[in-house]
Amino acid sequence: MTDEGRRLDDEGARAAARPLVETRGISKRFGGVHAVEDVSVRIEAGRVHGLVGENGAGKSTLAKLIGGSHRPDGGELLVDGEPVDFHAPRDALAAGIATIAQEIALVPARTVMENVLLGIEPGTAGLVRRRDVRRRFDELNERTGFGLRANALVRSLRTAEQQKVEIMRAIARDARLVLMDEPTAALTRDESERLLEIVRTLAAGGTAVVLVSHYLEEVLSVADTVTVMRNGRLVRTAPAAQETPETLVAGMIGRELSLEFPPKEPPPADAPVVLEARGLTRGRALVDVSLTVRAGEIVGLAGLVGSGRTEVARAIFGADRLDAGEVLFEGRPVVIRGPRHASRLGIAMLPESRKEQGLFMIRPVRENVSIVDLESFSTAGVVSRRRERARTAELARDLDVRAASPEAPVTTLSGGNQQKVLFAKWLLRRPKLLIADEPTRGVDVGAKRQIHELLIRLAKEGMAVLLISSEIEEVLGLSHRVLVMRTGRVVGEFTGDAITDEAVMNAAFATAPGAAA
Amino acid sequence: MSVVAARLRHVDYRDYGIVVAFLALFVALSIASDSFLERQNLSNILDQWAAFGLLACGETICIIAGVFDLSVGSIVTVAGVVACKVANSSSPSLGLIAGAATGLGLGIANGVVIDRTRINSFIGTLATSIVYSGLAVIITGGLTVTVLKSGFGALGQDTLLGIKYTGWMWIVFAIVTAFVLSRTTFGRYVYAVGGNVEAARLSGVRVGVVRTTCFAVSGLGAGLAGDLLASRTQSAAANLGVGMELTAISAAVVGGTSILGGEGAIWRGVLGTLLLAIIGNGFNLLNIDTTYQQIVQGGLILLAVAADQLARRR
Repeated sequence: MTDEGRRLDDEGARAAARPLVETRGISKRFGGVHAVEDVSVRIEAGRVHGLVGENGAGKSTLAKLIGGSHRPDGGELLVDGEPVDFHAPRDALAAGIATIAQEIALVPARTVMENVLLGIEPGTAGLVRRRDVRRRFDELNERTGFGLRANALVRSLRTAEQQKVEIMRAIARDARLVLMDEPTAALTRDESERLLEIVRTLAAGGTAVVLVSHYLEEVLSVADTVTVMRNGRLVRTAPAAQETPETLVAGMIGRELSLEFPPKEPPPADAPVVLEARGLTRGRALVDVSLTVRAGEIVGLAGLVGSGRTEVARAIFGADRLDAGEVLFEGRPVVIRGPRHASRLGIAMLPESRKEQGLFMIRPVRENVSIVDLESFSTAGVVSRRRERARTAELARDLDVRAASPEAPVTTLSGGNQQKVLFAKWLLRRPKLLIADEPTRGVDVGAKRQIHELLIRLAKEGMAVLLISSEIEEVLGLSHRVLVMRTGRVVGEFTGDAITDEAVMNAAFATAPGAAA
Repeated sequence: MSVVAARLRHVDYRDYGIVVAFLALFVALSIASDSFLERQNLSNILDQWAAFGLLACGETICIIAGVFDLSVGSIVTVAGVVACKVANSSSPSLGLIAGAATGLGLGIANGVVIDRTRINSFIGTLATSIVYSGLAVIITGGLTVTVLKSGFGALGQDTLLGIKYTGWMWIVFAIVTAFVLSRTTFGRYVYAVGGNVEAARLSGVRVGVVRTTCFAVSGLGAGLAGDLLASRTQSAAANLGVGMELTAISAAVVGGTSILGGEGAIWRGVLGTLLLAIIGNGFNLLNIDTTYQQIVQGGLILLAVAADQLARRR
């Protein structure tokens, strides 16, 4: 198919009008959710194509569809004007499409040269011709101008250098399109700029680049064309010269609010401060973060994925160690030694990923709920199943956990019900501070509504709630106060009527007037 | 709806392959050999496999918690040797207590080393097992330690209600560990830690303490097994428990305890041990070359793990 495509390329004038890669009405569903719906884009050779959108807008999924990591449920993917069906990234690579993923995928204990030419070593019958390998590597080094040391071990390199190795690997495989998903997220400013320079060089050499990024300025500085996505759909594709960060943000958030929220009841002005954190710092992930949460208050923590929201939650809960900072709980300074200590103080945390960090998937609902307060059902270390069953059943009923029975393994429950199990588990301890990290991710609309009502009810009963969500509507709809984070810092705070989507998004994307990028 | 009914609805009958396999072989052997069902034969099986049975109980707990204990063979040796030495210098009963205590202590040492250094348990206990073996050689000076005092052999040789004391030891240890695993908070934490270590930690479970306790239980089982073997021959040498850990792990795995952790039960370890036991017994009774026994045992382990993987891929 690729050969045929190349033959057609020789036909000259006709080929110029035809994009290198094109999607026509492409769609991808996960469960019942449309991650990408009916998206058509054209990616031209030798151009840099930016792809922007909110968290969960479907930009990474679109990149994965083009890169062969996902297979579309509908629509068409065309390379050189010919429909293709990729089953794996390997197929895409054979068609000249290489992906540089967020997570570096190299063999750390081997050299740069070995990594670049892994699987395509020049040689015969399984024997590698070392001289040819070296010649090929030097050739690539010269062509890209990366100046990588052939015999350096990959694990000894900085992230930025490792990315160069990945890019060179793509070029060594004659990639005509390089997909980059958030390539600068882990880089310093200088490194980012150098990477963007590489992107320009690639494009100048005829390679197409798709750049998925949260950094709008960055995208605008390097891209020829920008595609904006929202809720899995295409908003528009336009020349980068016609866009500004503000127009991109406006396109990304749209105007409609699809969820309705109950009216807010702010806590009384004299409500006591439950949590006060001062100057929390942990490496580059958290920089001097201070915040307070009062009894009955829902404080929303907004920001892009990777902006440090989860790190705040984990630091307060004692799951990660802090380099600096202090925590006052109910007015008393405390040094939280770990999750066990935090839960005994009266702090609960619903972790970001319920499967990885929250639940014991093959164990029954009952055991998942009771684990945090098992001692209270036990005499001399022996669990009273009767008391355990009674209490967990009561909570499950209260939260409307729909399971075949309390003995059903959690893995048999829907996402929404799994999330309710997590709530039930922590409510067992009647916490004074509840930290909910992405409490409605991957949850159906009905359960989402129930979880929203629950959070509001808990706050009304006097619980302090710290809510983290990538869904801007949820943060806006529930929070009495919103803190916005970017690159590990709190960069904005909004209360009452000042909580608007523009204000929050502009702070999160650093497009607000006067905000430093 | 009764609780039993509720539980039964979630029973996956594919989980009970070990029961079917055991019963099938049991019935087959009863038919093929006249002597299989004789009380003497069954009592012998229990006696001969009691030491492995003790180890398999501890190993099952460790594997459920997501760790392996490769040091139990060496702990058996050290415990047996210590039991003999102390019996000679004081009294037989003090010797047996010292043997069990040695096992417990070495088990705790395993747990502390692995918790502190965060070494993978497989490598960690492989290393401590070599250390413990060396320890046994130093204590014995390379010789066999013999106990001539009467009374020391009672544990390994005498009978109560038609079952050897050794068999009783296994039965009691299995019942106690099964109770601990299924009824206590510690047991719950064992499943939690093995099932999802991060979720356990974020639920306030002290992961290090739980795993160390698992190694302690495994060590105690090995200490008792060391007592049992030393008492049976009234002697111990530096090769007493060599290789026993592999049979114990086989028994646990063949019984259906998942090597990925978080799933399993003591009865599975017991049944796994008994299955290996009657396979060996069958080969003897039917006069088949024992070489084939190893091939069957090996094949069985492959089958058990493959079945576990397959069940997870659903």
